[in-house]
Amino acid sequence: MLALLLRDLRLATRAGGGFGLSLAFFLIVTVLVPLGVGPEGGTLALIAPGVLWVGALLACLLSLDRIFALDREDGSLDLLATAPLPLEGLVTVKALAHWLTTGLPLTLVAPVLAVLLNLPPAGYGPLTLSLLIGTPALSFIGAFGAALTVGLKRGGLLLSLLVLPLYIPTLIFGAETARRGAEGLASETPLLLLAGITLGAVAILPFAAAAAIRVNLR
Amino acid sequence: MSIWEYANPKRFMQTSSWVLPWVTGLAAMALVTGLTWGFFLTPDDYRQGSTVKIIYIHVPAAMMAINCWAMMLVTSLVWLIRRHHVSVLAAKAAAPIGMTMTLIALFTGAIWGQPMWGTWWAWDPRLTSFLILFLFYLGYIALWEAVEDPDTAADLTSVLCLVGSVFALLSRYAVLFWNQGLHQGASLSLDREEHVADVFAYPLWLTIAGFVLFFVALVLFRTRTEIRARRLRALEARERMA
Repeated sequence: MLALLLRDLRLATRAGGGFGLSLAFFLIVTVLVPLGVGPEGGTLALIAPGVLWVGALLACLLSLDRIFALDREDGSLDLLATAPLPLEGLVTVKALAHWLTTGLPLTLVAPVLAVLLNLPPAGYGPLTLSLLIGTPALSFIGAFGAALTVGLKRGGLLLSLLVLPLYIPTLIFGAETARRGAEGLASETPLLLLAGITLGAVAILPFAAAAAIRVNLR
Repeated sequence: MSIWEYANPKRFMQTSSWVLPWVTGLAAMALVTGLTWGFFLTPDDYRQGSTVKIIYIHVPAAMMAINCWAMMLVTSLVWLIRRHHVSVLAAKAAAPIGMTMTLIALFTGAIWGQPMWGTWWAWDPRLTSFLILFLFYLGYIALWEAVEDPDTAADLTSVLCLVGSVFALLSRYAVLFWNQGLHQGASLSLDREEHVADVFAYPLWLTIAGFVLFFVALVLFRTRTEIRARRLRALEARERMA
């Protein structure tokens, strides 16, 4: 499992892996929003938590179809499926690698981008914490979506159509945590619910994703 | 005699061919009576005036939109567990109907909301969760359309339906958490005193029965179409082989 994780990390970080793409996308979204809604600090501070969460979510979405599609193309997915490691474990490792190369970097740059959006000082902690806790759920839900569409030629657009509705609860609780934090309110409740969603997704979705992969490799 | 006998497409076609006209007829009767009764023979509400009458379409459509997903969940489970083709075809046939019901509920709600709440749309929990339900239907149907092999498509959509049900429920309560509502409480309930007055409730029950029958008729009809389409494809394949 560790070898697989390291392989995926190496593939993602080396040339052509698209490691920086989602970060660049996140940056561009945060630049575009003030250009769209105007530069008033008050407005930006009000929408900053939501914009950052939606931006992180979309950036996460960008790299989802790479989770299984590349391995499927060169045939290594078939090899991995016949390996002693159960498919559920494979999905977990893949989703974890996706999180390490997408969710974690997004979480780390979010406070920097929050400066651009004039987030109130009280909001930095809850924002980072909510992203740290919430983005694994995005990766695991995304891995499920990628597993569903791995057999399709042009699965990218369909993948977003399938995955985005599944992202709604995570987005709501995550953005709510960040918003309450920014307004100086107690943000424990949505944070706990967010953690619940992440744990549930990590526990259950590898099984669903593995089932989908089995169907697609049939 | 068990329900599993209808897993045989031939038995299903035989039985549904004589059930279908009856269900259709009953649905038409219930809908015509219920809607006429509701639209013309009930008094105007003292506050809402005649706009209250949209309830006879809005509430049944909304109920069917949710129950349709529940039906798809059950039939998907049956497919995954017992591999009965008719079951998953019924789920496939039901999805567009459920989506249409969701749209009807959203649109009639908007038409009612404009004079009553002064707005076509509000980000109220119920409205939002219906919009989300619509997105779930959209994804489910899109996946059916995208996958070419019918058995693969059936498996994948069934898994999506199971996972989607969990997330749809989660979204429902997440949305409740996110924004407090403008929408009134349940129009009908079995265990509470406060709901719609009897004058309005009787025709409402009738239209609900009509919508249920109408839904059953449509699902039967569309499932029969799906079975025929599949038979046709099998015949064509055999022709090509010969």
